[in-house]
Amino acid sequence: MLELRDVTRRFDAAGSGPQTVALDAVSLTVPAGRTLVLLGPSGCGKSTLLRVMIGLTLPDEGSVSISAQAMTPESVLTLRQRMGYVIQDGGLFPHLTARGNLALQARYVGWSAQRIDDRIASLLEMTRFPADGLERYPAQLSGGQRQRVSLMRALMLDPDVLLLDEPLGALDPIIRSDLQRDLEAVFETLGKTVVLVTHDLAEAAFFGHQIVLMHQGRIVQQGSYRDLMHQPATPFVTRFITAQRSLHGLRGDES
Amino acid sequence: MRRLGSVFDVLPCWLTTCLLLTSSLVAVDVGAEEVKIGSKKFTESVVLGEALAHLVRDSGAKAVHRRELGGTRVVWNALLSGEIDAYVEYTGTLTHEILAGRDVQGELAIRQTVAESGVVASQALGFNNTYAIGMREAVASELGIDRISQLRDYPDLEFGFNNEFMDRGDGWGSLRDHYRLPQRAVRGIDHDLAYRGLESGTIHATDLYSTDAEIAAYGLRVLVDDEQHFPEYRALILYRQDLERRLPAVVASIRRLEGLIDDRAMVAMNARARLDRVPESQVAADFLAERLAVAAKVEVETGVQRFVRHTTEHMFLVGVSLLLAILVAVPSGIAAAKNRRLGQGILALVGTLQTIPSLALLVFMIPLLGIGAPPALAALFLYSLLPIVRNTHAGLTGIPLDIRQSGEALGLSPAARLRWIELPLASPAILAGIKTSAVINVGTATLGALIGAGGYGQPILTGIRLDDIGLILEGAVPAAVLALLVQAGFELLERVVVPKGLRLKPDSAGVG
Repeated sequence: MLELRDVTRRFDAAGSGPQTVALDAVSLTVPAGRTLVLLGPSGCGKSTLLRVMIGLTLPDEGSVSISAQAMTPESVLTLRQRMGYVIQDGGLFPHLTARGNLALQARYVGWSAQRIDDRIASLLEMTRFPADGLERYPAQLSGGQRQRVSLMRALMLDPDVLLLDEPLGALDPIIRSDLQRDLEAVFETLGKTVVLVTHDLAEAAFFGHQIVLMHQGRIVQQGSYRDLMHQPATPFVTRFITAQRSLHGLRGDES
Repeated sequence: MRRLGSVFDVLPCWLTTCLLLTSSLVAVDVGAEEVKIGSKKFTESVVLGEALAHLVRDSGAKAVHRRELGGTRVVWNALLSGEIDAYVEYTGTLTHEILAGRDVQGELAIRQTVAESGVVASQALGFNNTYAIGMREAVASELGIDRISQLRDYPDLEFGFNNEFMDRGDGWGSLRDHYRLPQRAVRGIDHDLAYRGLESGTIHATDLYSTDAEIAAYGLRVLVDDEQHFPEYRALILYRQDLERRLPAVVASIRRLEGLIDDRAMVAMNARARLDRVPESQVAADFLAERLAVAAKVEVETGVQRFVRHTTEHMFLVGVSLLLAILVAVPSGIAAAKNRRLGQGILALVGTLQTIPSLALLVFMIPLLGIGAPPALAALFLYSLLPIVRNTHAGLTGIPLDIRQSGEALGLSPAARLRWIELPLASPAILAGIKTSAVINVGTATLGALIGAGGYGQPILTGIRLDDIGLILEGAVPAAVLALLVQAGFELLERVVVPKGLRLKPDSAGVG
């Protein structure tokens, strides 16, 4: 279970002007084993919220806890080892092969070579990544393969929580729908607590048990896709959904 | 908070390293009991230095001649600090330069004044090598000039003076005031290059030493000092008082030169060394054999031995200074990248060091570290810092944010991230910085010869002094080749050090 309480984060605007609030007293609970989608237009604070969860951004006020353990500067390194983090274009280390990227964290926490190899073998199967790609460097992999490596790297230590920031954002439509299905299968099989950030309503509906719609650093509405459709909490929710649906209407044959 | 911690871990290490470096450099130069003779970088001084060295050996002691140490200040300070025990100086230089402002007149007053600094001045050796102004005979007779005061009527003449003469108390400034000379086109030029400048017509007049062999060889007219500006420049030996206590026999032996060398003898020795290319050591030995029946042994180094020695000295200067620079600059670059304010300070500091002219930096080092290899190493070390610090800093801060944060998100400690992610990613930049420093060092190290550090600069310096192109090339060509080899060596090293993944082009991507 992942819990955020009254998290506020301000950013210094350029120069000495007034501060911009990126997150405004956000409280959120992600139940264990569920998939929650953070949805909203760009700049709404959804990625910042994800980064607060893994401690890359420190909140100015409020608290974060993972399975009832509070995140502090002392606990953040070990807490991070219980979370996997996947970003838009993978964030793979270009100087390491796919295998090197996967093994780095396990080696750091002291796993044996045998244990690392076994773990990689089982992840290959789960993510449908070709074994001969393991010795390639990120520059030699396609975008979809890089995301699969990034997902395996996030899953390496079998974390409780998986955080994904626009994981499909940089992919073309066919690879995107392939990976989308594989991701869902992984979530279902492993039963992890998942938080996924997207700006795409269809993607949110595909993955999310729960959807959290954000706007200007606040949570506007939390509920199922159906709730958002039929009981919009504010006029912004209606506007966001209408805009997204007309967008999808234009390219409806794709999804 | 963690992040701050790591920076303050690094900082004390950095400072300690700097301190250790300085102290170890100071400690290097503890020689055995041998008499150290110095000389300035002109032929007469080198010949007299060789003569002193022969006489020291003749008394049974060991002698080492630190040749061509540069200008008056360098050699005088070396004498005061005990880096050398004796050298030949001129009375005019003492009264107008070393003791300028103290109104010292005459040899007796000189002797009393230098005694306050623990230095003994011998009786004069005989000849008077005063400054003079010279022009090409053809130009001078065409214009009808044979006295300095006549220069007043030709304001368009161009003068080229030895850099030391430009600044000295009795040099160009006071000469101009004394004679009310109107010329404005005056530039500093190396003494040995000035003769060639006269010959090619780029300058019309230069300062001369009156015992210079070139006066006759180049057909120069020495202008009469008709309003008595230049003082007498009688040569005498300066040596440390403690030499008299330690090795009285040595002092007795070298003082045999007193009154022994008249103008004609000195001009003849200069001509043999400069024009006939006889090694200074041989010239001095022949003179001593003739006048004092001293059988001096002249050690002749073969071309190969000399080349090996210069190469060893040069590689030592470049290698040691570069190694020390890497040890200090890489951690400094890391500290600079981790803390923005500290980083600005470090970059500003090493940037400022780089703006100090290399010759000036070398001379600044002499009071701190003496002469020879230590000050040259220190100067080269300081010059090597900037490229390495800047590239380490740039390499680390240039890592894309998402890659850096991917490392953080894995829960790796700052030290582990630095070791496994950040340093490998910055390695091409760091290596490029080290390469830049190394190549620059190979060139700058040639200046080390000016303060007695040897290396490829030595034949260049001697070659300029003797107007010997072959000798200049003997230093310049190996220095250039070494720079190219260093460059090539680093390119090979790059294949080993830089991770393969960073050398791939993104377009070699596999099929999706």
